[in-house]
Amino acid sequence: MEKNSHNTVGKKIAGLAQASCLLLIFLASLLSGCDQTALNSPYSRAESEQNIIYSSFSERPKHLDPVRSYSSNEYVFIAQIYEPLLQYHFLKRPYQLVPLVAEEIPVPRYLDSAGVTLPENAAEDKIAISEYEIRVRQGVRFQPHPALATDEKGNYTYHNLGQDQIARANKLSDFPETGSREMTAADYIYQIKRLANPRLHSPIAGTLGQYIIGFREFGKQVESVTKQKQQAGGGDKPYVDLRKIPMEGVEQTGTYSFKIRLRGKYPQLVYWMAMPFFSPMPWEADRFYSQPGMDKRNINLNWYPVGTGPFMLSENNPNLRMVLERNPNFHGERYPEAGESVDVKTGLLRDAGKPMPFIDKAVYSLEKESIPYWNKFLQGYYDTSGVSSDSFDQAVQFSDQGEVGLTDAMQEKGIDLLTAVTTSIFYMGFNMADPVIGGDSERARLLRRAISIAVDFEENISIFSNGRGVAAQGPIPPGIFGHRTGEAGINNYVYDVVGGKPRRKSIEAAKELMKQAGYPNGRDAKTGQALTLYFDTASAGPDGKARLNWIRKQFAKLGVQLVIRATDYNRFQEKMLKGKAQIFMWGWNADYPDPENFLFLLYGPNSKMEHGGENAANYNNPKFNALFDRMKNMNNSPERQQIINEMVEILRQDAPWSWGFHPKAFSLFHSWYSNVKPNLMANNTLKYKRVDPTLRSKLQREWNKPIFWPVWSFLLLLVVTAIPAVVVYRRHERSAAK
Amino acid sequence: MMAYIIRRILYAIPILIGVNIFTFVLFFVVNTPDDMARMHLGMKRVTPQAIENWKEERGYNRPLLYNSEAGGTDKITDTIFFQKSVKLFQFDFGSSDSGRDIGYDISQRMWPSLAIAIPVLLVGLLVNISYALLIAFFRATYIDIWSVVLCVILMSISGLFYIIGGQYLVSKLLHLVPISGYATGLGAVKFLILPVIIGVIGGIGSGTRWYRTLFLEEINKDYVRTARAKGLSETLVLFRHVLKNAMIPILTGVVVVLPLLFMGSLITESFFWDTWPG
Repeated sequence: MEKNSHNTVGKKIAGLAQASCLLLIFLASLLSGCDQTALNSPYSRAESEQNIIYSSFSERPKHLDPVRSYSSNEYVFIAQIYEPLLQYHFLKRPYQLVPLVAEEIPVPRYLDSAGVTLPENAAEDKIAISEYEIRVRQGVRFQPHPALATDEKGNYTYHNLGQDQIARANKLSDFPETGSREMTAADYIYQIKRLANPRLHSPIAGTLGQYIIGFREFGKQVESVTKQKQQAGGGDKPYVDLRKIPMEGVEQTGTYSFKIRLRGKYPQLVYWMAMPFFSPMPWEADRFYSQPGMDKRNINLNWYPVGTGPFMLSENNPNLRMVLERNPNFHGERYPEAGESVDVKTGLLRDAGKPMPFIDKAVYSLEKESIPYWNKFLQGYYDTSGVSSDSFDQAVQFSDQGEVGLTDAMQEKGIDLLTAVTTSIFYMGFNMADPVIGGDSERARLLRRAISIAVDFEENISIFSNGRGVAAQGPIPPGIFGHRTGEAGINNYVYDVVGGKPRRKSIEAAKELMKQAGYPNGRDAKTGQALTLYFDTASAGPDGKARLNWIRKQFAKLGVQLVIRATDYNRFQEKMLKGKAQIFMWGWNADYPDPENFLFLLYGPNSKMEHGGENAANYNNPKFNALFDRMKNMNNSPERQQIINEMVEILRQDAPWSWGFHPKAFSLFHSWYSNVKPNLMANNTLKYKRVDPTLRSKLQREWNKPIFWPVWSFLLLLVVTAIPAVVVYRRHERSAAK
Repeated sequence: MMAYIIRRILYAIPILIGVNIFTFVLFFVVNTPDDMARMHLGMKRVTPQAIENWKEERGYNRPLLYNSEAGGTDKITDTIFFQKSVKLFQFDFGSSDSGRDIGYDISQRMWPSLAIAIPVLLVGLLVNISYALLIAFFRATYIDIWSVVLCVILMSISGLFYIIGGQYLVSKLLHLVPISGYATGLGAVKFLILPVIIGVIGGIGSGTRWYRTLFLEEINKDYVRTARAKGLSETLVLFRHVLKNAMIPILTGVVVVLPLLFMGSLITESFFWDTWPG
């Protein structure tokens, strides 16, 4: 009996050993089976040598509907899918608009109030209407999409779905039939009408409503029709056929042409035409997605776009990955044949004239943290990377001359670095409605200028951005018309010119200004009280704290006590809206490469406090406003530059902002990734990109050779430590048997 | 009994009202509808008109608590408080602002969570029990002492360290598994190895010590002495008697943990395996 039980236990142990052996063999076969790809590759073997670009996203893009979408993490996707009328030339600088789906860049025809055509150079006040005639290309087709699927009789397959059919669907591909059709001018008109639909909350509806004739009236009409339908039991979001409601200023003149009519003159319209807002939208998509129940299942335009561009979104799983795949119906486009002179040298014209896109697929994986992303980039599993402050020292070094370069480790891997000053500005604003710091008095002006000198943005850039930025001399960033380089571009109120370069004035100069302003050593000369200023911010947390401390120290240089008033984002917004803030930091990123897009941030009728506009400093200088009105609709010319110079001079003198800085973008990319040129205006750049998958896969294998010996050593160590235990066990068993 | 149940239900009413008012204050007074609209509509070019439209569409343009312009009972009912908060008591939950189907989401995200949690539980049990048995067998020897020391050390180290260290060692230095990511089907195995190993190692310290205590308690019981007295070998005593009896508290412990598996391990999944979709 005893022996018997002993045997069962023995068998059990043998069985366990056998099972674990099998498991080991399975694991080993799994490991050895992957010898073509490196073991730590996050991608499947089938994908490893394909013509795919690998990138990432950090959170779900909220709006993929081109009516709503207005942020860069959404444009990464939709700019590859939707095609607006125009685009920016990939290589040429300064930024230049070129036609994309339009046949040419539309040139407006000006009409006076009697409807008589005016010459091109007509005075602005004479122009009552600008008329844009737009012709779009023929033969452009939409991507395959269920909304366009039809049966043999031509009826739409999925336009009248039953509730049970919708309830069964969880993603777009649950509707397997797809269809396509040619895009026409009507699809652009439909999209413009969607921009006007107040239910869709387009961020540019307010701006377009000021110009496009009948835009607002259209919105009101849509709203009343929607309400009627709702009351008639049409559900929460009833389908309203926008084709049936006319918009006065938009008219179809042929299958491939239409007209847009504007009130007055607004040359910036062409820039909007280069953004995804102006993309064709088939009415069928709206009809399809508006079926009750679709929205609840996340089947809508914010999740599943329908475009004409080179790529289409074939997988949208924001918890895992998003995949763009070649659109089989793409009309075709060729790589630009000309660029800047340096582009020939850097190989950017090697693909000139070749049909795009060059890649088959782009896979974006969810990657919330920067460290795993960076490590995977170094292992070759991502093609490009930014430089976060965590990895900055590992990647970038400065030469003795202060030039930026890559560290040896990066160069060994063949990684390349590109830098570009972004067309954006971070500034410190003074609330001009504030009784102490604001207003038109000389005293306040001198105080603001003194602060502008004291707040050392060069230091800020070097401490908080690892030197990635350029201190601003005025509101217009480099790369935008109106920005001046060299000595002429230097702000003489804050900088001295030394050897043609700006050098921040000394703190003594700032103290002198304080004295003139009646605040010697930071004390009010009349009352003897210390001057206390307030900095309003929504930034808290450990990172914000260091910045706030830095700002406080800058003011302390003048003897001014700075009180930080930190609140949450909403309270901060409210303070700004009510004009209750005193000093604040704010930023602006260019919508389009026109100085109007920056100078309007200081245009009086645009003030945040009174008009809810983007002029957060509530600056209102009649002379500046008048010049702005003249400048905003001019074509780029020496005359326009002259006016801009005058405007910038007024601003520097008044100092409603301490000019802050223009951040510099750093990007790294591997040797197998080509056709890279920073383009801060164009978002649809994926089609130009090329990868060499063979080289990539070769280097990935080389860089990621698995190292097994520590694993074997560890197992060996376990066995060795087990030996004494086994010996003890044996001895014990023998003694028990005695 | 009935009276007790009724009393309990009645107790719930003031709590629900309190929670309701508190939530309402949090959502609508601290964070006004204007704030919500601005958050929702984005940063740039948000006109006052756009904010009005947004509020009207969602019915947030009503007064908060009292509508002086309306007539009759509408003074009270045509307010945000009544429409959004009081209606909850009629079990009318309305729709969320972005209108997502939560049931489908959960069914999609549950599997990746389980794919880590179940292997960690099973392998962890196997390893911990074997190790605890081993210690129990060699109780009061150097193996016991050093194992307990090892367990205490393992317990004292933060779970975050295992994760960062594991990623650094196994993925970055040894190039054996991907740093992060996930795939469906069989492809998921390579992403699972490291989290499972780390999950198991992270649990060895506390698990083994707990099971060791259980085993040692059993070993000192009378029936074990009887079994030994009958001349059974130590192995047999451990596997046949001690293990069987100790399984009762072990299984109780496991059953308690089961529901937590569905929630997944928050730290493992979202903080370090950033891309873990659970």
